[in-house]
Amino acid sequence: MAVTDTGQVKAGAKKPVRLFKNMTAKIAAVPMILTALVVFVGCTTWTIYHSFTKSRLLPAPEKWVGLDNYDRLWSESRWLISIENLAIYGVCSLVLSLVIGFILAALLDRKIRFENTIRTIILYPFALSFVVTGLVWQWLWNPDLGIQNVIRELGWTNFAFDPLNNANIVIYGILIAGVWQGSGFVMVLMLAGLRGIDEDVWKASRVEGIPTWKTYIFIAIPMMRPVFVTALVIISAGIIKVYDLVVAQTSGGPGIASEVPAKYVIDKMFGSQNLGLGFAASTMMLLSVLVVLIPWAYLEFGGKKNG
Amino acid sequence: MVDASVNAMTGPSGPKPKRVFSSTNIIIYGTLLVACLYYLLPLYVMIVTSLKGMPEIRVGNIFAPPIEVTTAPWTKAWSEACTGVNCDGLSRGFWNSIAILIPSVILSIAIASVNGYALANWKFKGSEVFFTILIFGAFIPYQVMIYPIVILLRESGDGITSFIRLFDSDAPNFRLMGSVWGLVIVHTIFGMPILTLLFRNYFTSVPEELFKAARVDGAGFWGIYFQIMLPMSLPIFVVAMILQVTGIWNDFLFGVIYTKPETYPMTVQLNNIVNSVQGVKEYNVNMAATLLTGLVPLIIYFASGKLFVRGIAAGAVKG
Repeated sequence: MAVTDTGQVKAGAKKPVRLFKNMTAKIAAVPMILTALVVFVGCTTWTIYHSFTKSRLLPAPEKWVGLDNYDRLWSESRWLISIENLAIYGVCSLVLSLVIGFILAALLDRKIRFENTIRTIILYPFALSFVVTGLVWQWLWNPDLGIQNVIRELGWTNFAFDPLNNANIVIYGILIAGVWQGSGFVMVLMLAGLRGIDEDVWKASRVEGIPTWKTYIFIAIPMMRPVFVTALVIISAGIIKVYDLVVAQTSGGPGIASEVPAKYVIDKMFGSQNLGLGFAASTMMLLSVLVVLIPWAYLEFGGKKNG
Repeated sequence: MVDASVNAMTGPSGPKPKRVFSSTNIIIYGTLLVACLYYLLPLYVMIVTSLKGMPEIRVGNIFAPPIEVTTAPWTKAWSEACTGVNCDGLSRGFWNSIAILIPSVILSIAIASVNGYALANWKFKGSEVFFTILIFGAFIPYQVMIYPIVILLRESGDGITSFIRLFDSDAPNFRLMGSVWGLVIVHTIFGMPILTLLFRNYFTSVPEELFKAARVDGAGFWGIYFQIMLPMSLPIFVVAMILQVTGIWNDFLFGVIYTKPETYPMTVQLNNIVNSVQGVKEYNVNMAATLLTGLVPLIIYFASGKLFVRGIAAGAVKG
């Protein structure tokens, strides 16, 4: 269909009347065109441009300052802590979600009873907001009344896991909450991938006498490469956006120990009215998305044209 | 009767039942049981905490069921909990969220379904380019676009005000920034990529003959949309609704940025109630408030079942 369409367009391009052909569709698509051009392209360009200007509070005369904002950004300890937290949170939650999601999907795929019930239980946190997630886990991590207290009462009196008070482990408290909320979604993706594998593959490996776990690692996972890539891209995009989870659970504390870039940007723009730094920081966020997105888009769409 | 007696003689013909307590089964069910406990625990703790009195919470175990069940925390969370000087509870946030939710869901689905329809059946020069921008736009962190949108909303609000004043010089200021309508526009914009993808993929799968037959009969863009596409695609509209209702209800960031304290949605108000520094922490009220906020998406989730899964999986399907 696409081929004939472009063919038509090419054939008719010489006639100026062509602009008014299909006019209703073009008018109906105006909101989409505006969103794509004004918001996604326009606003992004605007922010990148202003990250090179000295703007504390707009509207104000803009002054081009080059990389000044970036210099200040990368010398601020709060930003460096944010980046470090994002790195820890990102790597751990990526690995944990993929591993937990895959294992649960593989177990659910073993033709078990109560599959629907178990899947419903695993996925329900994904319906909840990050604010709700953050607040529940804030209560569970309560050092005096929460999980720590229960385990101490059971006999391990030296047990200590108090992420809300301990700057060294606070990011892991957020991590556990984040994995709780999001791993069900990865499980659903993986389950769909496993269901897509032909039954004959399992039969063949059984005939060959290959152990089940080996079949999973050496046959199923390589076959599910597209699912893993999709999951990777979606999880990564979500990780960079982490904001409300931190705001609700710790408000960035204790001190600035659990700050993340998304929160840094909002605080700079709307809290301390330091727009230049906010724009620079958000441009850095965009850059980190591109690092994941460009190779993916290249593999996904660039490969299709060649093959 | 005859059949039964024949069966009794030849025995069951189904597959041989496997041993229930094989070691593989124990590992599978054991692991799944532990996983289910991990996922259920927070919900359980939320429920039991919200039903206890504060004295019981202070001395007791967080996992212990309530000795004396009380619904007082729920009423307090709904109608008395304080944020700053306002002490009318979460109910205000609930109604704000409803007021934001209804127009946002209708507008975003209306626009995105027309987008998807135009992209699937009425391609024009450049339509695929805009669609590609839209899909890549879904990956841009909101933080990059949030500030210019504040300016856009402020300026277009002023523009509309001066336009109205051409006809009625006493008209009050029309505001988009800080009002429900500004937030509705923002939700429509950021819901557009995923919804447009959803509708485009669905409409592409509708047989082309149907579309061509309607064209021959003289139906135009809107005629085909309302008389053929819309009635045929009710399931996908339900999926889109589930996606949008949970997504918009759970939003926190846009609510904080684009509304004022009087119009804060429920999630923002919940966060302000629980994380308020004033007064003694009432964990039971906090958990009741948290549960109340989570109730809407939870009900949708449990009621919709497979459709919810279909909605979230739509994000994973490549365009």
